Amino acid sequence: MTDLLISTLIQGLVYALVSFGVYITYSILDFPDLSVDGSFPLGAAVTALLLTHGVNPYLTLLAALGVGALAGLCTGIIHVKLHVRDLLAGIITMTALFSINLQIAGSNLTVERSMDTIFTAAPAMALLGGLNLQGRKLVISLLIVVAVKLLLDLYFRTKSGLLLRAVGDNAGLVTTLAKDKGNIKMLGLVISNALVALSGSLVCHETRSFSATMGTGQVVFGLATVIIGVALFRRVSFVRGTTAVVVGSILYKLCIAVALDLGLPPNMMKLITAILFLLVLVVSGRKGEEIIHA
Amino acid sequence: MLEVRGVTKIYNSGTVTEQCLFDNFSLTVSDGQFISIVGSNGSGKTSLLNIICGSIPVEAGDVLVGGESISKKKDYQRYASMGRVYQNPAAGTCPNLTMLENLSLADNKGKAFNLTRGINKSRVDFYRAQLRELGLGLEDKLHMRMGSLSGGQRQAVALLMATMTPLKFLILDEHTAALDPKTAEVIMELTDKVVREKHLTAMMVTHNLRSAVGYGDRVLMMNRGRVVLDRSGEEKRQTSVEELFEMFHKISMDCGE
Repeated sequence: MTDLLISTLIQGLVYALVSFGVYITYSILDFPDLSVDGSFPLGAAVTALLLTHGVNPYLTLLAALGVGALAGLCTGIIHVKLHVRDLLAGIITMTALFSINLQIAGSNLTVERSMDTIFTAAPAMALLGGLNLQGRKLVISLLIVVAVKLLLDLYFRTKSGLLLRAVGDNAGLVTTLAKDKGNIKMLGLVISNALVALSGSLVCHETRSFSATMGTGQVVFGLATVIIGVALFRRVSFVRGTTAVVVGSILYKLCIAVALDLGLPPNMMKLITAILFLLVLVVSGRKGEEIIHA
Repeated sequence: MLEVRGVTKIYNSGTVTEQCLFDNFSLTVSDGQFISIVGSNGSGKTSLLNIICGSIPVEAGDVLVGGESISKKKDYQRYASMGRVYQNPAAGTCPNLTMLENLSLADNKGKAFNLTRGINKSRVDFYRAQLRELGLGLEDKLHMRMGSLSGGQRQAVALLMATMTPLKFLILDEHTAALDPKTAEVIMELTDKVVREKHLTAMMVTHNLRSAVGYGDRVLMMNRGRVVLDRSGEEKRQTSVEELFEMFHKISMDCGE
């Protein structure tokens, strides 16, 4: 039971970075960004490739952030500079990334046990050597999620962060502030997809594997966790949106874990994901038409 | 000086619903002038403001500021020297940010939006003083979400935000139309005060003939993309609401409406 709980917590934490990404695009920027389904496996593909080539595991995190940022920039340029609608811009990037991911890492790539991940490399062992592998996974993913959360909270309170929130809230006002709203949207997409790819990278470290289809349904997952999180803490003003979506992510993974534990075949996962998402939308009374802001 | 020179604007160009609004339209606004623009729906008042601000493209013509063309400048670049208040009170502020965050954004216009703190605590007293001058009791509501304020309060803050940093031109697009008569009067008084104090060049589109007569030093009446009445100075002061209404009625009749 404890094992199940710990592995669920780990799942919730490593995927919480997807929730952060979707929170930025969907909740703050008011931009339904589907590139997530492509940038998530992109982060994993790059990580798997680098790990199998013996690159320092911690550097793969930076590499994932970088390629994710590029993916976000692509969606941003397609939308802002080429004037393609937001949904379509994301779909184009997502589709292109599917082939790119296959080029990078093939349809499947496994990282051998002999290769170190961020959970087994020397620095992790030096600091957390007393814990077993699951314990190290939990502590390290928690540290990363808390660090990202704090950085995001700080960023949202800077001038740049304030402008990012303003673009999603009232883009016309940003124009009258003599700022190009397109550039700010691109910045948001860059940050969001960088975090999503980082999540893909963490998942690759955690499972030691990449598969080309691992991105399917990540947007839906992200949206569901954002809506669960925000709906749960709607009346609790001191809980920030970033904290709320982490809780959303953990709760979501808990639901999936319980479903699997009750004997649900893993092939039914996406169906359960869709039903769960629909339930969340109906129960929270939002049905997707209302955009939730920071 | 602001000049609109030989502008042609065609809506739905190349389709059966093609409609030429402006055909070689020109207008000159001198520095410090406060112009009220009246006219029926579809006469081109708001289109004129949108052309000046770069919100809509034109088929021909030029917009000049101080003799230099700004036609190549994007809308957001033009707003470097312009402020604008819209008819919809929700358009001038961010509803999900607090009033303090909104004011901080406006206060930073023209400067870099970098990674320093979004809210400058040392400016809070200044904001409070500005809000107190509005006389709407807003100075105690700095931490409230903008969206939870009333339309009139939001419009007052929008006006404050639009004129907070140094600017040359103030564009007012029926900015009192969505407010109740009392609040509309308060906002008009505030507008007049800020235009005088900051020596702004202002263009105000309004449906309220009383505002058009009572405020500003020049009045334009537009009809079908043309200026049909243009009075300033003493002539403007002599113009009565009744006279404007008469004129308005006459052009409406001519259109067969």
